[in-house]
Amino acid sequence: MSAETNGPLGGAEQTFDAGLPQRKRVAVAWHTLFLASTIIGVIALTALLYTVINQSFGLVAVQNRIEPASLAVDGVPLAQLTQEQYVAILQANLSPGVFRRYDSEQPFTERSRENLYALVLERVVQPRYVKTWPLIAAFFDRAAIETEVARDFPGAKLVFRSWVTPDFLRSPQASAPELAGVRTAILGSLWTILITILTALPIGVGAAIYLEEYARASWATRLIRTNITNLAGVPSIIYGMLGLAIFVRGAEALTSGAAFGLADPTTANGRTILSAGLTLALLILPLLIINAQEAIRAVPRSLRQASYGLGATQWQTIWRHVLPSALPGILTGTILAISRAIGETAPLVVIGASTFIVVDPNGPFAKFTTLPIQIYQWTSRPQPQFRNLAAAAILVLLALLLTMNTSAVLLRNRYSRRA
Amino acid sequence: MGVGMTAAAAGTPEARASHEARPAHPLQRRRRPGEALIQGFLAFCGVISIFTTLGIVFVLGRESLLFFSKPEVTLAEFLLTTHWQPAVGEFGIWPLVSATVLTSLMAMLVALPLGLAVAIYLSEYASARARNLLKPIMEVLAGIPTVVYGYFALTFMTPTLRTIFGANVVEIYNTASAGLVMGILILPLVSSMSEDALSAVPRSLREAAYGLGATRLEVALKIVLPAALSGLAAAVIVAISRAIGETMIVAIAAGAGPNFTLNPFKAAETMTGHIVRISGGDLSYDSLDYDSLFAIGMLLFLMTLGLNLISQRVVRRFREVYE
Repeated sequence: MSAETNGPLGGAEQTFDAGLPQRKRVAVAWHTLFLASTIIGVIALTALLYTVINQSFGLVAVQNRIEPASLAVDGVPLAQLTQEQYVAILQANLSPGVFRRYDSEQPFTERSRENLYALVLERVVQPRYVKTWPLIAAFFDRAAIETEVARDFPGAKLVFRSWVTPDFLRSPQASAPELAGVRTAILGSLWTILITILTALPIGVGAAIYLEEYARASWATRLIRTNITNLAGVPSIIYGMLGLAIFVRGAEALTSGAAFGLADPTTANGRTILSAGLTLALLILPLLIINAQEAIRAVPRSLRQASYGLGATQWQTIWRHVLPSALPGILTGTILAISRAIGETAPLVVIGASTFIVVDPNGPFAKFTTLPIQIYQWTSRPQPQFRNLAAAAILVLLALLLTMNTSAVLLRNRYSRRA
Repeated sequence: MGVGMTAAAAGTPEARASHEARPAHPLQRRRRPGEALIQGFLAFCGVISIFTTLGIVFVLGRESLLFFSKPEVTLAEFLLTTHWQPAVGEFGIWPLVSATVLTSLMAMLVALPLGLAVAIYLSEYASARARNLLKPIMEVLAGIPTVVYGYFALTFMTPTLRTIFGANVVEIYNTASAGLVMGILILPLVSSMSEDALSAVPRSLREAAYGLGATRLEVALKIVLPAALSGLAAAVIVAISRAIGETMIVAIAAGAGPNFTLNPFKAAETMTGHIVRISGGDLSYDSLDYDSLFAIGMLLFLMTLGLNLISQRVVRRFREVYE
C-alpha cells in the first residue's frame, strides 16, 4: 500500500493507518474475552469433577458400639475366630428375637464364616461414621482433624476411606451410610435400559427407514418430521407425566404383571421396571429416529440403484444393503441415546421409582430404583455421609457413561475410516 | 426372499395367465403382500411419534380439565393469584412461574454470553488443534446427567455463593445457585448450536471482508455474526426452552416450597421442581394434588412447545440462503 498523501485512494490510507492500533487493541481485548469464556467452560468441568472426587474419598471418624478388641477370645482377634465363636458372640449380644429371626432366615449352622463375621460387624460392633472429611482436607488439614477427633469423639478412630469400593458395588441399599451400596440401583438401571433398548431400537430404526426410504413428500410426512423435531424439545418431566398416566395408571394390569398372573393383583401397582423402560423409550425415540435417519441418509444412492438394477425388491435392498452400511451410524446414535436415558432422573421420579430397594429386581415387573434416582435421594438427605455416598454413586454413573461414549466414538471412528 | 413369489406360485389360472401375459405388460407393478406388510409396519413406527404427541396433549389436557372443573379451582385464580398452597386450596401459579423465570434468567445470563463467545472462539479463532481439544470437553459437559449438576450446585456452588455474599444473605437452597449451574449445563447446547450456525456462513463472505482490510474481530462481529443471526436466535430460544424444562438441578438446589420472590438468594420452587417433589411422595390418583400437577405440566408443555415452534419459524423465515 502506498504511503504517499495523495495515493490512489486519495488519503484514505492515512485514516486507515491511524485507526489501526486502536482496532488492533480492541481485537486483542475481544480475543482474550473469547478465550477466557472457553477457559471458564473448562474450569466448570474441572470444578465439577473436583467436587465429586473430593467427596468420594476422604477421612472418616469411626466409632464402634462395641470395640472389636473387647470381643477377642483368649487373645485371638475377632477376625480370626471360628464359626461357633461368632455364633456365641451373636447370641450374647443380640436380643433373643433378633437372634431367632436371623436363624430362621438361614440357620447359623449353614452360614459361611465370612457371612457370620459380616453379621457380627454389622449387628454387634456396629461401626458408625460420626464425621467425614473430604479428600483435600484429609491431605492438608490432617493435624487439625486429628485434634478435632480427639476432642469431640474420644474413642473414635480416624481412617482414610474410599467411598467407591467393591463392597459399595456389591451391597444393596441400606439405611446406614456405612453399609449402603448401589447394587440394586445398578441392576435397576440395567433392567430399565434393557426394556428401553428392546422397544425403542426397532421402533426408532423402523420409523427412520420409513421416513428415509418409503415416505413420499406429502403433508403427512411433513407432519411426522415436524412432530419428531418438536418431541425432541419436550422436557423430560413431561414424558414422566405421560408415563405416569398411560403406563403406570392406564395400563396398570399389564405393567404390574397382574394380567400375566405374575403379580398379586391386590397389591401390585404399575410403578415397575416395565413402565420405566417404556417411558424412557418414548423419551429417547425422537433422538434415536433423528440419528438413524442421518445414518441411513449417508448411504450412497448408487448402492440402492445397483441393488434395484439386479432385480431386488425395495425391502431386500434395505435389509441387505442399506441397513448393513448404515449400521455403525445407527449403533453410534443408539449408544448416545441410551446414555441419555441412563442419566435421566426426573421422569422416573414422576412415574414413582421407589427409593429404598434392598432386594435385587428380578424382572420387568419388579419395583426398582436406578443409579440417578439413588444419587438424587442421597443428595437430598441432610447427613453429610450421604453426600459422600452420592459422590461415589456419581463416579460409578460417570464411569458407566464414559465407557458407553468411548465405545460410540470408537465405533464412529472405525466407521468413518472405512467409508 | 420368498414373499414376492406368493402371487405367482399360487397356481390359480388367473395368476398363471397373468404370469404368462407378463411380456404384454412389462411395466406393470407386481403385487407383493409381504413388502406391503413390512411397509405398513414401518409406517406404523413412524406414526408412533404422532401418537406420543397426541398422548401428551390428551393426558395433560384431560387431567387439567378435571383440575379446573373442581369447585375449589378457577382458571382466573390459577393464572392471577400469587399463592400456591394446595393444602389450604390456594392454586395461584405465579410463585412457581416466578421461580422458573428467575432460574432460567440466571442460566441465560451465564449460558448466552459464554456460549456465544465459545462458539465464536471455536469457529473463528481456534486452531484445528485447539478445537480438537476443546470440542470434546464441551461434549463431555453436555453428556453429564443433570442430577450430577444438581449435586454440583448443592455441594459446590451454594457454599461458594455463601462464602462470597455471606451465609446470612444466601439461603442453603436458593435459585441463584441452581440458575448458575443450569447455565453451565446449557452452555454446551448454546455453543454447539451457535457454532453450527457460524460455520454455515460461507468462506467467501469472510474472505471478502479480509480483502477490504477488516481485522479478524471485525469479520467475526460485523460479517459472520449478522449473517448467522437466524441460527443464533434459534439457539437462544432453544436454550430458554431447555432451561424452563430443566428439572433435577432446581429440584435439588433451588428449594422445596413455593415462594413468590424475585430475590435469587432465597429458596423458591419452580414448576418442574414442584412436580418432582409432589409426585415423588405417595400420590393418590384423582386427588386435587395429582390433577394440579398436570395443570402445571400443561403450562410447561405449552411454554416449551411455543418456544420451540418460534425457534423453527425464526430459522425458516430469517435464514440467509447462500448460493
